[in-house]
Amino acid sequence: MSDMHSAAQPSHLTHHFDTVEQQRDSASLGMWVFLAQEVMFFGGMFLAYLIYRSSYPSAFAEGSHHLDVVLGGINTAILIGSSLTMALAVYGAQTGRRGMLVLCLLATMALGLAFLGIKAVEYHHKYVDKLIPGMAFSYPGPNGNHVQLFFGLYFAMTGMHALHMVIGIALLVWLINDARKGRFTPEYHSHIEIFGLYWHFVDIVWIFLFPLLYLIGRHAGTGGAH
Amino acid sequence: MSTLTAPTVPVETQEHYLNSNYGIRSWLLTVDHKRIALLYLASITLFFFLGGFFAVLIRLELLTPQGDMVQSETYNKLFTMHGIIMIIFFLIPAIPAVLGNFLVPMMVGAKDLAFPRINLLSWYIYILGGLISLGSIVVGGVDTGWTFYTPYSSTYSNSYVIAAGLGIFVAGFSSILTGLNFIVTIHKMRAPGLTWFRLPLFIWAHYATALIQILATPVLAITIVLLALERGFHIGIFDPNLGGDPVLFQHLFWFYSHPAVYIMILPGMGIISELISCFSRKYVFGYHFIAFSSLGIAVLGFLVWGHHLFVSGQSAYAGLIFSVLSFLVAIPSAIKVFNWTATLYKGSISYQAPMLYAFGFIGLFAIGGLTGLFLAALGLDVHLHDTYFVVAHFHYIMVGGTVMAYLGGMHFWWPKMTGRMYPEGWARFSALVVFIGFNLTFLPQFILGYLGMPRRYHAYPPEFQVLNVMSTAGASILGVGYLLPMIYFLWSLKYGPLAGPNPWGATGLEWRTASPPPTANFKEVPIVTEEPYEYSIREIKVV
Repeated sequence: MSDMHSAAQPSHLTHHFDTVEQQRDSASLGMWVFLAQEVMFFGGMFLAYLIYRSSYPSAFAEGSHHLDVVLGGINTAILIGSSLTMALAVYGAQTGRRGMLVLCLLATMALGLAFLGIKAVEYHHKYVDKLIPGMAFSYPGPNGNHVQLFFGLYFAMTGMHALHMVIGIALLVWLINDARKGRFTPEYHSHIEIFGLYWHFVDIVWIFLFPLLYLIGRHAGTGGAH
Repeated sequence: MSTLTAPTVPVETQEHYLNSNYGIRSWLLTVDHKRIALLYLASITLFFFLGGFFAVLIRLELLTPQGDMVQSETYNKLFTMHGIIMIIFFLIPAIPAVLGNFLVPMMVGAKDLAFPRINLLSWYIYILGGLISLGSIVVGGVDTGWTFYTPYSSTYSNSYVIAAGLGIFVAGFSSILTGLNFIVTIHKMRAPGLTWFRLPLFIWAHYATALIQILATPVLAITIVLLALERGFHIGIFDPNLGGDPVLFQHLFWFYSHPAVYIMILPGMGIISELISCFSRKYVFGYHFIAFSSLGIAVLGFLVWGHHLFVSGQSAYAGLIFSVLSFLVAIPSAIKVFNWTATLYKGSISYQAPMLYAFGFIGLFAIGGLTGLFLAALGLDVHLHDTYFVVAHFHYIMVGGTVMAYLGGMHFWWPKMTGRMYPEGWARFSALVVFIGFNLTFLPQFILGYLGMPRRYHAYPPEFQVLNVMSTAGASILGVGYLLPMIYFLWSLKYGPLAGPNPWGATGLEWRTASPPPTANFKEVPIVTEEPYEYSIREIKVV
């Protein structure tokens, strides 16, 4: 902290801010505002899900039986783990441990990629089972139409979540590169911190998606379980 | 005379944001909020005249009752493109992205917005969205109305729905990023001594606007995504065959698009507060009330979307609640109008062009707002829904309100932006032309709507022709009123008299620096020691 005050004009202080603190606070607030926007963005789909879930509970329970709860569970664990590595990366940046920072960012990226890989496997299963709306969807039984609605929402929600993961991983490539070059210091690591906020947010979205899509209604025992 | 004024008027050779460097790169890669504001100014002006061109075609078609100029499909595309361009690419960015961009950092005494590169990015995103939408026009256009109601848009329309939707989706993010920049700037970048209640009301209005931009725009974005998925992959969410509900689209759409009306009008109200105070040389009456009424409008604005669905099969109880909530919006709006009026009381009023626009705004906004109450009334809305009464109502708000405020603000801050005065006589004349043209265009539409003429048809019963001819004649006058400022603003860039730092003797930090301002806005960080709008004290000091 004392370094920050002694340096009159640190090189990372951009022209329009008066102090490093002001710059850091602005970046942090900016990310929180952005995340508020994200909540509303995902909110539209959650709203639609809640409406149709309450309209067609049995069809949605039936649909959720066709999701692979084991793969989904593993993915949940992976994402929670990636949140841990991300938090450690921020800690590494705060304490100036470059090696730890780079390593934890790499781990976060690896876990993110693992998540996407498993998600791709799940999507492939749905393709094989003809459960993707718009791609020869077919589902026998009286609830077929409503199950299609369930899978429409499933792909919209998990797809939009996966897109956010892809963007996060792309940003990680850039951050890891900068971290390796030693661009981040205990005084200056806003990028790591606010990326951490973003990453945790994307995790939290999944923490809501997993029970909503995979778990609720599984115990209802519609008989269609496999 | 010239020797007398020469020392007080800044000389042209001084370095400012316009002459600090030259060339196309210095503009396209600029991160200066003032230059980005001018980039936005040029682009929204272009879209304004394009949207206006569609309006001209609409009014020409409606000159005669037969529907003989264009086919009905073409007419559908005309009013759709008019709506999309005017709302998404002109009205929503107009005041925040041009005047807000230019003035928010200056009014809070900052060197720039908090995120200058994101600010530039927002302009590029806007341009990208605009180009996609223009592309959708060129390849064949879209005919759903700017509201994109399902199931027509998702299933039946044979026009370029996804392309037009994508353009709006992309442009939405430019609006979000502008709002984000404003919120952070207003929180974190205020000059020493500039407490929240010393902020100009323009800033309060933009803060409220930014909240809506952040919280409402993403809902439109996801709605467009879902619409595209429905159209492309048939996911069923808006399709009753699969158990989906087309009315859900209306809910989601208006959850953005009603607050969006306040994205358009709130910044205009901010401008009016500045103009009324400056040209009556008085402290704004009820400063705190006006400040909080902006936030009140922003909050209430989120709770009234259902008044668009009174005849869409919404439950009667929901309709009742939405009706009451919609009436409530009238309260903060009226607080503003009454406080502006009270500010005028015993003020020393002068009738410069910006003030004429402000007067126009108050009158037209009052009419637009009060007719909004007609439409918020459950019973009356059944009669007036989807008629020209609605068209007239929202044009009184959006054109009579927002565009009047925008033009008033442009005249007021033009000397700050360019360092040159516009020709006052011409400006007063064109303000009058705009006012007359506007009323002649839209007042007959209230009557048409009340008599039962539905909107969005290119043919109508012959007994409506007289009123339609009046409306078209008014639109021609209005067009002239919009072209005149274009011409004399451009003329003033070269021939207008030098303005000096503060041609209006106005308060506010933006007037404490040179016109045009230097790239860093202020020579040194301003320190604020007085309340806003201290006109009376200032006069005493001068004496």
